[in-house]
Amino acid sequence: MRLERHAFEWVCAAAAVAVAIHLGHLPVWLVVGLIVLVPMRLLQRRHDGRSIPAWLRMPLLAGLVAAVVVRYGNIFGRDAGSTLACGLLLLKLLETERIRDARAALGFAAFVLMSGLLFGQSLGFTAVVCLGLIPILAGMNALQPAPLNPLRRVRGELLAGARLLGLGLPLALAAFLFLPRLSAPLWGSPGAFQSQRTGLSDEMSPGGFGELLLDDTPALRVGFDGRVPPSRQRYFRALVLWDFDGRTWTNAEPPTRDAIETVASRSPPLTYEITLEPNFGPWLVGLDVPLRASEPVRMRADRTLRRERRQSDLRQYRVESALDYVLGESLAAHDRARALRLPEGFNPRARELADEWRAQARDDAAIVAAAIERFGTDYTYTLAPPLLGRHSVDEFLFDTHAGYCEHFSSAFVFLMRAAGVPARVVTGYQGGWWNEVGDYLLVRQSDAHAWAEVWLQGRGWVRVDPTAAVDPARIVRSSSRTSSGAPSAVADWLLGLRNQLDIVNRLWTQSVVQFNALRQQSLLQPFGIERAQQRDLLLGLAVFIALVLLLATAWAMRGQRAQPVDRLDAAWNSLCAYLRKRGADIPPQLGPFDLLARVESGMGDRTVAANLSALVHGYVQLRYACMEADATAVNDLARRIRRWRLPAGVRFGA
Amino acid sequence: MNAVTRLAQGLMQPLLALAERRLPALTRLRSPEALPIRLHRRRIYVLPTMFGISLAVLLVIMQLGALNYANNPALLLTCMLAGAACMSLFAGFSAFSGLELVAVAAPECHAGERCELALEFKAGARARAHLRLRLGNDDTVFALARDEVRRVGLPIQPSRRGWFRPGRIKLWTDQPLGLFVIWSWIHPDVGVLVYPRAEASAPPLPRGAQGSGPLPAAGDGEEFAGLRDYRRGDPQRQIAWKASARHESLLVRESESSRAPTVTLRIADLGQLDFEQRIARLTAWVLAAEAAQTPYRLDLGHESFGPALGDGHRRACLKALALLPDAT
Repeated sequence: MRLERHAFEWVCAAAAVAVAIHLGHLPVWLVVGLIVLVPMRLLQRRHDGRSIPAWLRMPLLAGLVAAVVVRYGNIFGRDAGSTLACGLLLLKLLETERIRDARAALGFAAFVLMSGLLFGQSLGFTAVVCLGLIPILAGMNALQPAPLNPLRRVRGELLAGARLLGLGLPLALAAFLFLPRLSAPLWGSPGAFQSQRTGLSDEMSPGGFGELLLDDTPALRVGFDGRVPPSRQRYFRALVLWDFDGRTWTNAEPPTRDAIETVASRSPPLTYEITLEPNFGPWLVGLDVPLRASEPVRMRADRTLRRERRQSDLRQYRVESALDYVLGESLAAHDRARALRLPEGFNPRARELADEWRAQARDDAAIVAAAIERFGTDYTYTLAPPLLGRHSVDEFLFDTHAGYCEHFSSAFVFLMRAAGVPARVVTGYQGGWWNEVGDYLLVRQSDAHAWAEVWLQGRGWVRVDPTAAVDPARIVRSSSRTSSGAPSAVADWLLGLRNQLDIVNRLWTQSVVQFNALRQQSLLQPFGIERAQQRDLLLGLAVFIALVLLLATAWAMRGQRAQPVDRLDAAWNSLCAYLRKRGADIPPQLGPFDLLARVESGMGDRTVAANLSALVHGYVQLRYACMEADATAVNDLARRIRRWRLPAGVRFGA
Repeated sequence: MNAVTRLAQGLMQPLLALAERRLPALTRLRSPEALPIRLHRRRIYVLPTMFGISLAVLLVIMQLGALNYANNPALLLTCMLAGAACMSLFAGFSAFSGLELVAVAAPECHAGERCELALEFKAGARARAHLRLRLGNDDTVFALARDEVRRVGLPIQPSRRGWFRPGRIKLWTDQPLGLFVIWSWIHPDVGVLVYPRAEASAPPLPRGAQGSGPLPAAGDGEEFAGLRDYRRGDPQRQIAWKASARHESLLVRESESSRAPTVTLRIADLGQLDFEQRIARLTAWVLAAEAAQTPYRLDLGHESFGPALGDGHRRACLKALALLPDAT
């Protein structure tokens, strides 16, 4: 059956909404395609009415696939796949002519809509995507033939869609809660479709953080068991970078897990729980310096935290840290060599400066102090530093004098190594914003930070933050800093507001986004099941769904009962039934007076007939002589009929 | 694809027919029932449509994907879509049950003609949209507002004279989303009297009883001939209003033509034709005589009607013709 215009417009609207969800990452040509193709097709269908010939559609399809391959290299993967799906959905509109096509397009639109959630999972975004279901449902409804009110179809169909979505909500929540989560993926790696955009990189080069420091999205949230450490102690350690190739700090040698650097704790340990945003990288963080972490987190030799393999959906874990500590009291020869290694042929001027310091200094600590002093006097902190060339440390130290944490830590570690002090770069997050309402610390991506550790005899690895020497406020203020670097009251206020509102996002992240197999197991605790197995969950799901369906059935059948029984008729019928039982021949069509005549003629007993006559007249009076029978009179007659009995032995006979 | 569908349909239809014959309880091949017919849960059937099944498959795939990649918001989305899809069943059912067929009006209809059987539905306390009636292969769609009573015309084309029984009518809907088809068979105990087919180019009316000259055509001889009492079916324009006012009863002007000698339509006179053809010709003549306002007498051998004129007479004649037993 050919699709009418109204329904086709709905299909276009639903498809446009589904594609619009993806606007953030679609290539420009597809966005142009959306803006051009849909209105053109609508116009074409309105004026022309012919279908688009295949010779026009096929090249477009081939072109789409080719364009996706050119841009992404393949047609799989998150970005390529969703771009392809969006394009296919738009092309589907070109060939949508019949109801069947429209239904296929709407189903596919739902799929495209869902794939949008691979790119963002915040509360707001999810809500928008879920609302995108309404045009899809309304479009399905628009394919129906006979609307109640043809003049206000759009409104009726929107309402129908929203109503169904609302009605389905209990069922949806039940299914969401009880559908057994997979503890390990069935195929692929779960990270494959997660965002690879934000977050710390596993390498560091001066200038590399640039974008990250402007990214205000939350990275993690921390809830402390006891006291909250002050801002200057909030160093979240993520990666330790040892190896420098002149440009980039990396960790070329995978740290082993057997020889974990020792820690002597000098303060009571601090325990806390860290909740990661879903698009967090493969590494984990812990406050300097982690002592132990909950399963399935493993600790590496340099006291950084990693997920166990195949646990990449891990979003929440507990850590115990010592804030005052001695880390790695002894340094193995191998590590010492590694912590001093520098590439040849880079940064000659910095090496000279380091040699100078070495010659003057009494010990390693003095060299560190000299470097800190140098950074503290003549350098500026800026998020927009000049670009650096081959001798990046030299240019930064002697020419540009401006940069941010990466520049400082990189230059600092280079100087230390050149001066013979074992040193390494540490990256992670620093600071965070304390949310009073929710009692948790919010750390944003823009809190990413890089600092240094130097190894001093007797004191182990000591944290040195050269950035703090330049811009102490960076360390203290942290998340209240404006993204642009230029402080402004309005922007500050806005960020403050966003920090306050983050508690909603936190709830969302905790209750929905991070709902995993582990959390699901505790779902049935109120019912006395400590660790719900898959069987229990499925049972729970079945019970819940049965309940909802039962309610829905009751709702669908409401008003199904027969017409309420008329008491007067009921009384009369009982009288007839009684007479029949006593042998009277009363056909159903017999009127009251005829019945009376028949009964009277059938028996000689006058008094019986008189009694019956009173009842019959009472009935006729109430039934036919008044508009609506008075309830008390009806009840009275019913009682009299109930009590009336033929004398014993009286029978109607032949 | 099309070939497969056709093959599947070709296989399914005999199977369904067999099932209905063998298992009337299963498919509710209902015997005719008295009006009013109220749809209730015992007689409403529900099955997913192809679209419903396809969407279910799509939903399962989407949920597996969301579970595999531990993407809870995506899972929530698919659950919401699935919930809405399930609820559409109940929404459709609730818009269907409680619907009542209160009356069936039978039109005047000749065999072979298309006409509309008027089914009168009562909506009751709910609004009901997107309802469809299916008789044969055609759907008639309609919608009822709350408390509305509406006549829905169902096209029929009876091929034989006599009592036509529309038989089982499928009342169905796949609202609101097209995922589930909800249907009920209604089999109202009504018969439509189908008049015989009128012969297409019948010869002119036979002459009067003695076979005197051809009849003047209708409209000729408007010459005033006298007044007579009103009979049902007389055209209004022939009523003599002024004369009627004086007489306290309706009088009708009689023109020369309407007093033409009555014609006798005798089935026995058409011996040379086959039986159904005779009936067709008599039917055509009854209609022609009525159009020409010529009183006519229909003689079927065992009974005879008239001579008279007017709707009542015409109906009686046509009914008698329609119900003539088949020639054996």
